[in-house]
Amino acid sequence: MTLTSIIELLEAKVVTGNMCHEEVETGFCSDLMSDVLTLDTDKMLLITGTANIQTIRTAEMADVKIILLVRKKEASPEMIKLAEETNITILQTAFSSFRTCGILYSFGLKPVY
Amino acid sequence: MVKLKYDIEGGNFNRAGNASSQVKRVLKQLNIDQRLIKKIVVALYEAEVNIVAHAYEGTMEINISPEKIDMILQDKGPGISNVEQAMQEGFSTASQKVREMGFGAGMGLPNIKKNTDLMEIETSVGVGTTLRMTKYLNNVE
Ligand SMILES: Nc1ncnc2c1ncn2[C@@H]1O[C@H](COP(=O)(O)OP(=O)(O)OP(=O)(O)O)[C@@H](O)[C@H]1O
Ligand SMILES: [Mg+2]
Repeated sequence: MTLTSIIELLEAKVVTGNMCHEEVETGFCSDLMSDVLTLDTDKMLLITGTANIQTIRTAEMADVKIILLVRKKEASPEMIKLAEETNITILQTAFSSFRTCGILYSFGLKPVY
Repeated sequence: MVKLKYDIEGGNFNRAGNASSQVKRVLKQLNIDQRLIKKIVVALYEAEVNIVAHAYEGTMEINISPEKIDMILQDKGPGISNVEQAMQEGFSTASQKVREMGFGAGMGLPNIKKNTDLMEIETSVGVGTTLRMTKYLNNVE
């Protein structure tokens, strides 16, 4: 699934990053970073309502390139700066986790497990 | 042989991960396989966050040779009274503040075990904890 279609489907905005032609194959939704750190998946979209600097650090360590913040959670300036340094794209949607995951699943984004 | 050492501040979630991030940069410069780097830095980051979340202060020491990377995380803190229990998935004593940061699933130590080749915990209640980890650099799965 392309980021462009994710952005359209979720009425999302790009907070930072320049990867609209990037593709993701799987999605994982969690507010717990230690769950995210147990995964070994490439081309994964991280869907989360946890918006703090450790969300970006987790993505950096786990080689996650795209983070989608749900429930209109805001990325702080520190988060944006770190995302830029580590080449991570942040998207934001006002939709709930459930609605976000439902839409992405029905349009073919695969679960990790 | 590359040697690195960093200080880790307990309780400071703004800085948690800085040391692991520096190590990741060095491992990339050394052209280590990306999949190995991910396993190493995930283990290091879990260990670094554990010091931030559970201890008062600590250090991360890294020794990289062509065949392996040795990592020692030493802290002053409450120690772990039952290591076997702490190693179980889901066991956590994390505070509310730590949980709000997205941690406290009780997955860190088991995940460190999964991502390293050797892991050893030495701990003394009321004094602190030393975690030693090794990852061999030639066995890419
Ligand atoms: N450095 C440490 N000092 C004191 N206690 C620790 C330390 N590391 C781990 N522990 C204890 O072991 C428990 C389990 O650690 P583990 O990393 O598996 O889970 P967690 O840190 O609670 O949550 P998670 O890692 O999933 O965010 C912790 O809750 C804590 O009680
Ligand atoms: Mg932990």
